[in-house]
Amino acid sequence: MSDAALPQWRRRTTRAELGRWFGWLALVALFVFCWEIMTQDTIWAFVTDAPTQGADIVGRMLPPRWSYLNALWGPLWDTLNIATLGTLAAIVLGVPVAFLAARNTTPSVTFIRPLALLLIVASRSINAIIWALLLVSILGPGVLAGIIAIALRSIGFVAKLLYEAIEEIDHSQVEAVLATGASPAQVMDYAIVPQILPAFAGISVFRWDINIRESTVLGLVGAGGIGLQLEASLNVLAWPQVSLILVVILATVVVSEWVSARVRHAVI
Amino acid sequence: MLRLQGLTKRYPTGDLALNGVDLEVPAGQVVGLIGPSGAGKSTLIRCINRLVEPTAGSVFLKDEELTRLRGAALRRSRRRMGMIFQEYALVERLTVMENVLSGRLGYVGFWRSYLRRFPPADIARAFGTLDRVGLREFVDKRADALSGGQRQRVGIARALQQEPDLLLVDEPTASLDPKTSRQIMRLLREVCAERSLATIINIHDVALAQMFVQRIVGLRQGVVVYDGAPEGLTPEVLTRIYGEEDWTRSIRRDDDDEASPPVIEEACLEGLT
Repeated sequence: MSDAALPQWRRRTTRAELGRWFGWLALVALFVFCWEIMTQDTIWAFVTDAPTQGADIVGRMLPPRWSYLNALWGPLWDTLNIATLGTLAAIVLGVPVAFLAARNTTPSVTFIRPLALLLIVASRSINAIIWALLLVSILGPGVLAGIIAIALRSIGFVAKLLYEAIEEIDHSQVEAVLATGASPAQVMDYAIVPQILPAFAGISVFRWDINIRESTVLGLVGAGGIGLQLEASLNVLAWPQVSLILVVILATVVVSEWVSARVRHAVI
Repeated sequence: MLRLQGLTKRYPTGDLALNGVDLEVPAGQVVGLIGPSGAGKSTLIRCINRLVEPTAGSVFLKDEELTRLRGAALRRSRRRMGMIFQEYALVERLTVMENVLSGRLGYVGFWRSYLRRFPPADIARAFGTLDRVGLREFVDKRADALSGGQRQRVGIARALQQEPDLLLVDEPTASLDPKTSRQIMRLLREVCAERSLATIINIHDVALAQMFVQRIVGLRQGVVVYDGAPEGLTPEVLTRIYGEEDWTRSIRRDDDDEASPPVIEEACLEGLT
């Protein structure tokens, strides 16, 4: 039997194949173009100098000024409070928004759902540090501005991930509870909440973990926490203090990641 | 007990799932509802407890017209209809006891159910039904830790916990092995006899249906095309319900009993029986 008589199969047509190649080519061209723009204002003398400069700063940073640690406990506590209280507030406000946004639990798909989605997008599109800038000018500097900034930023995150989890629940469990004659509140309690509880716990501790990292920089704009010390140290070029603060932030983040991993493991 | 009059359902997509179904089921009778996939079997039982809203026609349960009810009255009538599902539809992350007690949700207020403080009588009843289905020692297990047959028993216990007048059973054995399927069907038949429940069982396995039900209703494209005794399912009748096929091997013969199971149609099951 000659090859021509055998059945032919190819995953893509020749046209599709060509299209894919052009797609990749366009991507490479875009990269080259962007590289051009990026490098045209670069002063290469500074870049070639960078290793020396970097080594110089690291040299000044080392060793960290461990005695400064005692001045950091207070700001660190503030930072943890900003993250935790901000996350709690975001959960309290975000959960109802999630139920309003989920297609299968919203009271109205045409009116309330788009409103809830808009709220989610608005909250997510503005970074915590920008919220903090605004709030510091409204509320004055301090921890409260930081907490509200973290909360406003996190509502959208919590609500978005949770409403996606609500939309993915197994509908037959809802049907089964509905068929017993349960009221809407009971259906929520018996059929919907048990199904989203693992997702809820995971989302909450994940956001708390992110918020600890975000709240470390809020002090840069005056919203309290360890960032205030970081800015102060940077301003006076106290590099050993800067390095100590970085070490403390690193340690805090490692601990928070460990905690959130444990919590997620325990709930699922 | 249950009476359907001209029950019709047209889905928004335009599919006519039920076309003027008339059916009457007396108390204590177990009806097997057979028909090809998409014939409207699931739609029929969901129209009875209004998980699906019928387009036209009416449903009467003990002379109360269910199709007129709304809100709290509809919920009260749902308490009288237990439902059992193909994939069990247990709330996976709740315990067996919570799943069984959820059959009482129509009777207790929100806070009582939220705090899991059910009336002692309900708890006693739950232990009773769990005893009946043989799962007493699984009370505090989570539903997702059980096997398929055990889950379906919990599903039955949940439905019985409602103290219903009517059982609506949607493909109870479709996810179970042949032996467990028979045990579940036997259990269903027994509890229906004990409590004289009117029962409708959607089922795909014709031989299994013939073994355990008193009456067969054949549905094709939303229309009842057979209503009679299980023995009346001749190859001609099956052809009327399902379409042309060699039916001789899928019908239960008179000399069959439960000790010598009938040949099951699907080749993949032949090795198991």
